[in-house]
Amino acid sequence: MIKLEPRGEASRTMSYYSPLLAGFLTLITGGIFFSFLGHEPLHALSVFLISPVSDVYGIAELCVKAAPIMLCAIGLSVAFKAQVWNIGAEGQLLMGGLSASAVALQLIEIDAVWVLPLVLLSGMLGGGLWGLLAAWLRNRFNANEILTTIMFNYIALYFLLYFVHGSLKDPQGYGFPESALFGDSAVLPILIEDTRLHIGILFATFAVVASWVFISRSFLGFQIKVLGLDSNAAKLSGFKHKRLVVLVMIISGALAGLAGAGEVTGPIGQLIPSISPGYGYAAIIVAFLGRLHPLGIFFASLLMALIYMGGELAQIELNVPLAVTSLFQGMLLFYLLACDVFINFKIKFLTSNTATEIV
Amino acid sequence: MDRQTVESSSAIFQLELKGVTKQYPGCLANDKVDLSISAGEIHALLGENGAGKSTLMKMIYGVTRPDAGEIFWQGKLAAIKDPSTARKMGIGMVFQHFSLFETLTVTENIALALGDDAGDLKQLAERISIVSKQYGMELNPHRYIHSLSVGERQRVEIVRCLVQEIQLLILDEPTSVLTPQEVDRLFVTLRQLSADGCSILFISHKLKEVQALCHSATILRAGKVTGDCIPAEAGATKMAQMMVGDDTPISSNYPKSAGTAPFLIVKDLNQTSEDPFGARLKGINFSVRSGEILGIAGVAGNGQEELLGALSGEHLASSAEQVSFQTKQVGLLGPRKRRELGLAFVPEERLGRGAVPEMSFEDNTLLTGFLQGLVSKGFINQTKTEQYAKKIITDYNVKTPSHKTAAQSLSGGNLQKFIIGREILQNPKLLVAAHPTWGVDIGAATAIHKALIELRDRGAAILVVSEDIDELFLISDRLGAICDGELSPTKATAETSIEEVGRWMTGVFDKPQAVSESDTQKMAI
Amino acid sequence: MDIDLITNILYAMVRTGTPLLIVALGELVCEKSGVLNLGQEGMMLMGAVIGFIVTITTGSLLLGFILAILAGIMMSMLFAAIALGLNANQVATGLALTIFGTGLSAFVGAAYVGKPIQGLEPIAIPYLSELPIIGKMFFGQDLVVYLSFVLFALVYWFFKSSRLGLTVKAVGENPHAANVIGLPVMRTRYLAVAFGGAMAGLAGGYLSLAYTPLWAENMTAGRGWIALALVVFATWRAERVILGAYLFGLASILNLVAQGLGYPVSPNLLAMMPYAATVLVLVMISNNVMKSKMYTPMWLGKPFHPYT
Repeated sequence: MIKLEPRGEASRTMSYYSPLLAGFLTLITGGIFFSFLGHEPLHALSVFLISPVSDVYGIAELCVKAAPIMLCAIGLSVAFKAQVWNIGAEGQLLMGGLSASAVALQLIEIDAVWVLPLVLLSGMLGGGLWGLLAAWLRNRFNANEILTTIMFNYIALYFLLYFVHGSLKDPQGYGFPESALFGDSAVLPILIEDTRLHIGILFATFAVVASWVFISRSFLGFQIKVLGLDSNAAKLSGFKHKRLVVLVMIISGALAGLAGAGEVTGPIGQLIPSISPGYGYAAIIVAFLGRLHPLGIFFASLLMALIYMGGELAQIELNVPLAVTSLFQGMLLFYLLACDVFINFKIKFLTSNTATEIV
Repeated sequence: MDRQTVESSSAIFQLELKGVTKQYPGCLANDKVDLSISAGEIHALLGENGAGKSTLMKMIYGVTRPDAGEIFWQGKLAAIKDPSTARKMGIGMVFQHFSLFETLTVTENIALALGDDAGDLKQLAERISIVSKQYGMELNPHRYIHSLSVGERQRVEIVRCLVQEIQLLILDEPTSVLTPQEVDRLFVTLRQLSADGCSILFISHKLKEVQALCHSATILRAGKVTGDCIPAEAGATKMAQMMVGDDTPISSNYPKSAGTAPFLIVKDLNQTSEDPFGARLKGINFSVRSGEILGIAGVAGNGQEELLGALSGEHLASSAEQVSFQTKQVGLLGPRKRRELGLAFVPEERLGRGAVPEMSFEDNTLLTGFLQGLVSKGFINQTKTEQYAKKIITDYNVKTPSHKTAAQSLSGGNLQKFIIGREILQNPKLLVAAHPTWGVDIGAATAIHKALIELRDRGAAILVVSEDIDELFLISDRLGAICDGELSPTKATAETSIEEVGRWMTGVFDKPQAVSESDTQKMAI
Repeated sequence: MDIDLITNILYAMVRTGTPLLIVALGELVCEKSGVLNLGQEGMMLMGAVIGFIVTITTGSLLLGFILAILAGIMMSMLFAAIALGLNANQVATGLALTIFGTGLSAFVGAAYVGKPIQGLEPIAIPYLSELPIIGKMFFGQDLVVYLSFVLFALVYWFFKSSRLGLTVKAVGENPHAANVIGLPVMRTRYLAVAFGGAMAGLAGGYLSLAYTPLWAENMTAGRGWIALALVVFATWRAERVILGAYLFGLASILNLVAQGLGYPVSPNLLAMMPYAATVLVLVMISNNVMKSKMYTPMWLGKPFHPYT
C-alpha cells in the first residue's frame, strides 16, 4: 500500500527535479508507445526529438516556434502566480494577431520605420484588452476567469474567421479566406539569413529577463505572489486585489497579443484563418513545466517547440498522426503533476509491518 | 467516587491506555501515555496547548492510530481502526472544532454520523427531541446548522453522541466556546450523564473547571504524563506546575491603566456580513483611549470577525465618521491608509492571514512592514528587509532556524510572537489584536501579554478581542462584550465581574448610545 | 413563423441540449463532492472517439455506447489518481486531462475521420409524439435523450432524498469533519468522479453516434466547458441544470432559427453565440456574490488528504 506523508516544508530540490523526472518518464512512455506502433523506439525518438534540430535551419526554426510559446507562457506565469487562472492565452494571441493585421493592412502602402512598432503595439493592445475584459468580468461580476477566458478563446477564433472571411479578405485573393501580404515595413526583420528566424525571439528573451526582475525584485511582484499564495493576507495588508488582477491579465494578454502579432508579421506575413497551432494552450503546460519561473519557462518553451517540430517530422517520416504532438504535451503535464507530489509529500510503501521510505 | 476506586488496579476499567505513543514528523506527540477511566468517572486530561491532548483523543476515537502501545476497552484489547468502530463500541466524541455541516439540518447531521444505525429520519428527529430534553439541552431537529449559535452547535455534537448507546463521552475543550452561564449548564448535563454510568473524558487547559467538575485528572506535558491527581484535593499551584514545569513564567497580574484621550472612536457602526452565515453589526459604539487595553469578550460568531474587518479596513464602513482615529475620520479608508495613520493589526488566523504560510519570515516581514522604508521606488530593499526580520526574531525571542525559514514550519507560539513583534516594532498608535494567545503555549502567551502591556505603557491604544474571558480579565483595563452584532457597555475591569461579562455575552445589556460630537471633542482635548 | 418550424426548433433544442445536460449532471455530482474536474472536454472526446471506433468495427451501437462510457470512466480515474490519490492541484490536473484527451482522441481517431456510420435513430412514441409543438420535442427523440430524462430524475432524487446524496454533500462541504465522523471521504469522491466520467463518456458517445453522427477531431467544440459553466449557472441544482442545458441548446441552433426567419447573419458570428451566451450567463449568475457563496460546495477544488 502507498501512503503519503506530508513534509514539514516543501522540498526545493524536488521542485527542480520533478520536471526533469517528468520529461524522462514521458520519453520512456513515448518510446514504448512508438514501439507499439511498430517503430524502433530509439529511432523514432531521435526522429522526434533530435533530427528536427540537427542543423542551423532546424535550430532557427526551433526559435521561431519557441518565441510565441515563451511570450504566452511568461504572461501566464505572472497570472498564475496571482492564482488568476488565465486559460485564454490562445484567444489573446488570436486577438493580438487580428489587431496587428488590421493595422498592418491599413498601412500596407506606407514605408516608414514607425509602422512595425505601431503594428506590434496594436497587437499587444488587442491581446491586452481581451485579457482586461476577463479581468473586468471577474472584478465587477465575480465571473470565474477559467470559464470566461476559455469562452473568449472560441469567440476570438470566430472573430478572426469573421474578419478573414469578411472585411480583411484580400480583394485580389480569388475568394480565399486570406488577407493581402503585409507591406515590407510591417514585417519583422530576419536575424539569420536563409532562415525564418526573426527578432521575435529577442522580444521573448527580453520578456523572460524583465519578468524575472519584476516578480523577484519589485514590490508589485511581491504583492502578486502574496495574492496568489494567500489572498486573505493580501487583503489584510491592503494590497489592491482588483488592481492586481487587472495588472496580471493585461500583462499576460499583452504578451500573448505580442506573440500573435509576431506570428502574422513574422513567419506568416499575412492574416490567415489558422495563425496558431494551439500555442496558447501549449503555453499553459510550459508555464507549469517551468515552475512559473522565467528561466524554467525559457527551457520549457524550447522543449515544447521541439515537440511541435518533432510531431511534424514524425508525421512525414514515421507516418503517425500530427496529434502525436498534443499527446506528448498532455502526457508531459500529467507526469509533471504526478511527480510534483514529491515536493510536498514523502511516499511510503507499506508492506504488512514495515514501511520503506523513498525520496 | 472515592480515591480507592480510582487507584485500584484490579478493577476493570471502562478504558485503559498502556504506553500509547504517536510520532508525527518532527514531533513526538504522545510518549508512552498511560491513562485509565472507570465507569461513571469524570476524568480530566489536563495540559497546555501542544501537550498532545488532542492527538491522544483522536487515537481513542479512531481518527488516527497509535504507533505503539495498547488500548483496552472494558478489560479487552481493542483495535479502534476508525471512528465508526469507536462509535459502535459506545465511544462518543465532541470536537473542539465541530464536525458539523452548515448546509444540513440537525437531523441530517446526526444521521450522517450514525450511518446505517440512523434509521428513518422522522423517527430519528423524534429521538433527538426526546434525548435533548432529557438532558436539558433543547434542540429543534429540523433547523439548519448555520442558523444555530455556537452553544447550540455544541449541543448538536453532544446529542449526536447521546442518541446511541454511549459508555464513554470525550469532550475536547468544550468550554472554550461557551459563556460562563452555558458552562454551568453543561456541567449539570455532564454530572447527570456520569450519574447514569457514562464515563467522561474531559479535555481542558483550565484548572478551575477541572477542579469544579472532575473526579480525577491525568496531566500531560510535551506528550508525556507528568502526574495523576484528584483535582479537588491537589492544589492549583501543584497542578499548574505539572502542566507547565517549574521554569515557565506565568502571567499573574498586571497593573491597570486608565489611559488618556480616546484614539479609536467607533460611532453607530452598522454593517452586513460578507459571509452568508455571518452576523450583522448593529449600531456599535465604543472608543479606545491611548494607553489602555480594551477587551471585548464574546462567543465566536457574534460579529467579532465583522467588527475586526471594519477596524482593519478590509470592509469599509458606509460613511467616514463611523470609524475615527482621534479626529481623523477613517471609515472609508482601506487597510494601507489606516496603517499609515498608525494602525497595526494581529488577526486571528496566524497562518493564512497574519502570515503567508509558504513564505519566509523575511517575506512575511515585508507583508505588513512595507511602510517602514523597506521599499524604495517600487523595488524591495532586501538588506533592510533582512535586518528588520532579524530584529523581530531577536527582540521577540522567536525560535527559528533562520529568517529564511517558511512561516508554516514553526509552532503556533513562535509564529504568534513573530507576528506580534512585527506589528509592535512598527510603533503603532493603535493595535487591534484578535485572540492573541489562542492555541499557543503558556510561555509564549506570557511573552505576548508582556509585550502588549509594554506597548500600552508606551502610550498606544490597544483593542483585544478574545473568547478567553480569563485572559481578558488578566490584561484588559476596560471590558465589554459582543453578542449578536451588538456591543455591551464597557466598564473598568476592577468594577465588573466574570458573571456580569458573562451576562453581556448572552446579550443581557442596555446598548450604549453614540457619544455626541462635542463630547468626543472634549475627550480628545 | 409556422407551427412546424417551432416544433422542429424545440425538437432540435432538446437534441442539442442533451449532451450538455448529461455532462453537466455528471459534473454536478462530482462538484457536489468537492472535486472540480476541468477535464470534461477530454473525457467527452475520448468517449466520442472510442464509441465511434467500436461501433464502426462491430456494427453495434449498444457496444459503442457502453465502451464510450467506459472510456469516460477510465479518463476520470486518471484524473482521480493524480488529483485525489496524489493530491495534485485539481485545476491543473483537469486542464491536463483535457489536453491529453484532445491529443489522444485525435491520435486514435485519425484513421476514422469522415467515415460514415448508421447513427442512433429516433423512436417516436405513438400518439404522444403527435402532440402539437411539444410532442416531437419530448416524445420523438432517440433512446439516449429519453435516458437523459431518467438520469435527470435520478440525480434530482439522489440529492433530494437519498442517504448517499447526503454523504456526497457533506464530503463536499467539509471533508475534514466528514472524515472525523467516519464518512468514507475518498471513496465517495472517487465514485463521484467516476460518475462524472461515465456521463462525459456517454455524452461524447452521443455526439459521435447519434447527434452528428461521425468522428472529427475536437468535435465537442467546447461543450465540456459550457457544461462546467452550466453547473455554475444552475447554482448546483439539478432542476436548473436541465433548464440551462436546453437554453444553451437553443443558443447553439440559432443559425437554424435565423435561417427560418430569413435573416442573413454571418455563420461565424452565429457560431459565437453559445460561447457568448455562456459568458453572459456566468456574469448574470455570479454577480450576486452572496448567493453564489451560499450555493457553491464549500470545499470545491480544494485538496484534501486524510493523513493518518
